[in-house]
Amino acid sequence: MEVPILKQGEVLIATFQAALSDADLEHLRRGLVQQVVRFRSRGVIVDVTAMDVMDSFASRTLREIAHMIRLRGAETVIVGIQPEVAFAMVQLGLTLEGVATALDLEEGLAYLIEKFKNID
Amino acid sequence: MSKREITSKDSEARGGPGVEIVRSEAPSELLRELVAHLRQNRTQLREEWVVRITETRLLTAMTKEEIFAEATSVYDSYVEALETEAFEALQAYARNLSERIIPRGVETHEVVGIVLLLRDVLARSLFAKYQTDFKKLNRILDAYEPAANRIANTVAVGFVQERERVIRQQQEAIRELSTPVLQVRERLLILPIIGVIDPQRARQLTEQLLRGIRTNRAKVVVIDITGVAAMDLTVANNLVQTVEASRLLGATVIVTGLSPEIAQTLVTIGVDLGKMNTVGDLQGGIEQAERLLGYKVVTLADPRQS
Repeated sequence: MEVPILKQGEVLIATFQAALSDADLEHLRRGLVQQVVRFRSRGVIVDVTAMDVMDSFASRTLREIAHMIRLRGAETVIVGIQPEVAFAMVQLGLTLEGVATALDLEEGLAYLIEKFKNID
Repeated sequence: MSKREITSKDSEARGGPGVEIVRSEAPSELLRELVAHLRQNRTQLREEWVVRITETRLLTAMTKEEIFAEATSVYDSYVEALETEAFEALQAYARNLSERIIPRGVETHEVVGIVLLLRDVLARSLFAKYQTDFKKLNRILDAYEPAANRIANTVAVGFVQERERVIRQQQEAIRELSTPVLQVRERLLILPIIGVIDPQRARQLTEQLLRGIRTNRAKVVVIDITGVAAMDLTVANNLVQTVEASRLLGATVIVTGLSPEIAQTLVTIGVDLGKMNTVGDLQGGIEQAERLLGYKVVTLADPRQS
């Protein structure tokens, strides 16, 4: 199942569904990296609230998305990681280093807006 | 080598053909005789036992009447276990007894002590009864001793198991109590940790904290470990994991109150300090958290002047 990418002002929002194949993740990465420049977005929010498992591939893809989008001139924030998922991730050593995280969509938006203000 | 010699000699000495035959023939009959004897002298033996208990100053936490009442039921269960050789009832009784007397501060040595005393009292009465017939006494003791040992064992194990169950229960309760996640300001949590952290508790702490972050929508968490005496490699790694997991939920963690010993441990084992945000004491931690959240605490007026 493909991940829809929504545009909200200067921000792109991608919401994960529960089960995503590796191919879906690849597709999401390509889509986000392309659209962030096409729409001249300044921020990207990836919402993983619905994910109850985060494997190493998904975690690595998230990190790559964040770093690629940084190189394309925008900020990324991952939101909605569940407590159990976070606990499992750190035990597996998947800590999303260098990637901004926030509690939920609202927090993520607030984080990006704060960030934009600092840049302006 | 020498050990084996002794054993073989030993069995030769005791196991003359006559004894061997009787042993295999009629231990149950002997036990029946024994039980009948104990039933007959129930009042006298029980009283003697209670006197011995009081003399040796066991069960001081209980009144004389209570001791007498317990002694009666222990005596009856004891004789019954001898008779039927079914230890389940006795086991259940021992557990039940332990449940009642542990909260009153009865110690393990007391319970083992009174059972051994009863064993002693009964054996003495057997000596007195059969002192004219040593062969018979020997056979009676052959039947009595293993059963009595098993009873003592059963009661002692039952008591210790009950005690351990109580201890486990209390540990659980202490654990629950000792890991509060408290909100001190909007979006600011503190987690004071007191006592020893083992991997199990560390896991529970982390889970509770993560849940707390979500329900309180916290942005900053102050973990205060002033009350933690020592920390080994595993626990230090658990702490780092807690910090990382909180970050994944979008919360910043400030660790406060590291003792010199713990600081030394962390440096020695080479914990990645880049991931740890540490402040000297809880007050400093809360102040820094307030700065991060954009709070500014101002004194309104000098309270002495108002």
